[in-house]
Amino acid sequence: MSSPDHAVELHQVRRVFGERAVLDGFELTIRSAEFVAVLGPSGTGKTTLLRLLSGLDQADAGSVRVARRRSVVFQEPRLVPAKRVWQNVVLGQRGSAARQQAVAALTEVGLADHVDAWPKTLSGGEAQRVAVARAMVHEPGLLLLDEPFASLDALTRIRMHELVAQLWQRHRPAVVLVTHDVDEAILLADRVIVLSHGCVTLDLPIGIPRPRGRTGRQFAELRASLLSKLGVLVH
Amino acid sequence: MTSIVFNSVTVTRPLPRSGLQSGDDTGLIDLSPQPNLARRKSARARWHRVMLRATMPLVILLIWQLASTFGLVTPEVLPSPSDIGSAFAELVRLGDLQAALPVSLGRALTGLAIGGTTGLAIGLFAGLWRIGEGLFDAPLQMLRTIPFIALVPLFITWFGIGELAKLMVIIAATIFPMYLNTYAGVRGVDPKLIEAASIFGLSHRHTAWHVILPTALPSILVGLRYASGAALLALVVAEQINASSGIGYILNNANMNQRSDIIIAGILVYAALGIAIDLLMRMVEHLALPWRAKLVLA
Repeated sequence: MSSPDHAVELHQVRRVFGERAVLDGFELTIRSAEFVAVLGPSGTGKTTLLRLLSGLDQADAGSVRVARRRSVVFQEPRLVPAKRVWQNVVLGQRGSAARQQAVAALTEVGLADHVDAWPKTLSGGEAQRVAVARAMVHEPGLLLLDEPFASLDALTRIRMHELVAQLWQRHRPAVVLVTHDVDEAILLADRVIVLSHGCVTLDLPIGIPRPRGRTGRQFAELRASLLSKLGVLVH
Repeated sequence: MTSIVFNSVTVTRPLPRSGLQSGDDTGLIDLSPQPNLARRKSARARWHRVMLRATMPLVILLIWQLASTFGLVTPEVLPSPSDIGSAFAELVRLGDLQAALPVSLGRALTGLAIGGTTGLAIGLFAGLWRIGEGLFDAPLQMLRTIPFIALVPLFITWFGIGELAKLMVIIAATIFPMYLNTYAGVRGVDPKLIEAASIFGLSHRHTAWHVILPTALPSILVGLRYASGAALLALVVAEQINASSGIGYILNNANMNQRSDIIIAGILVYAALGIAIDLLMRMVEHLALPWRAKLVLA
């Protein structure tokens, strides 16, 4: 059944919390190296989906097949405050080989100068880039991003978008980006899916050639149709 | 230049009043830094603070000395500061203090080592493993409500009036602060960190070693600091039990000879030990937690 070109295969997945089925009869296939953004109002199962994909949570029914190597970037950096930045990137490993790996990953996210810093001395954006480096160092086949830019300021967020796009193009993992930001979804993803009531209610391919900007008719049309799907009327 | 401190915010000049006042509200007021003021201010302000803090102790010392000099208090009840100074010198000259200090410190440290290690071990066991929590948490939470001083008579009947009873009192006093803070520290580690560690493939053992223990270390060190304080307190109590050596012995002897100057000198030695231990613990914290915001020494 499962194909080697797929990073995610979900079939008839059900996840129930108490009386409420957060995901029900859920279907989703993601090709390897595909960038999928997941939109949807709060409480529609975006986070549940991500937790199922990461393996932090288990479905109640259905089949969940995901790439073996997976990494997560959470909304918060989740760095161990007592470990230096490089030790956080290769958490649990020691020695010069691990350090070199960490330095390489940190260089890629533009933090080569902060290899030996303590997490508490970093800004929010820097800490989140460490979290990205920690995710990338595992060379994931599936990279899960759980609203990773939500708590960053607008300028930092733009830089993070560029960074994630670059890393994705260089390393080609499949990506699932959970977000509330429609513009972010259109900028980054090959495909945007909208969840509501535990199902995919819209599965929209984004055909805009890369690199993408926020201008242009195509962008505006996609944005308007996604926003209306999410219940926001744009005039 | 006077400064007013409101909850550590120093206001160096009165802020312009706003709102309901007659007169011209439309102009600008000058809040730009005044040349050289800041530098002079900080040095002088620090000197002022030190002076202010030293004032009351110095005044009390002066009144005390004067009261003794003019015979307002009898030296048998309250010897003068200078008498206590000479009693201290006497203790040093006769070598009593040099003999007593290592004995007392040895007791406190041995008790702290045994009690602290026990508290640490049980705290880690209960913090990291559910079975440990089930076995130890409830009994220890019950036992910790007993003031350790209340155990002294019981320990004398169990362990006699020798070294063992003294050691046991100190051990009993140090186990609980160490246990409580270790357990709380381990349990207080953000579950999100542990979740992240599991995502990145860390085993339980690695998660405990690389994530939980380093993150719980500040709390564990607070436990160590409390335990050291408790060890000193327990030392004082324990040395009241028929001490034949140590600072308690000096105090007992002085008590029998009605030498209140030596008693007070001995009490001050205990106080100095307390300060020394606290300083030492702050240094340990400073060295062990380089990732925390700078700690102020002393």
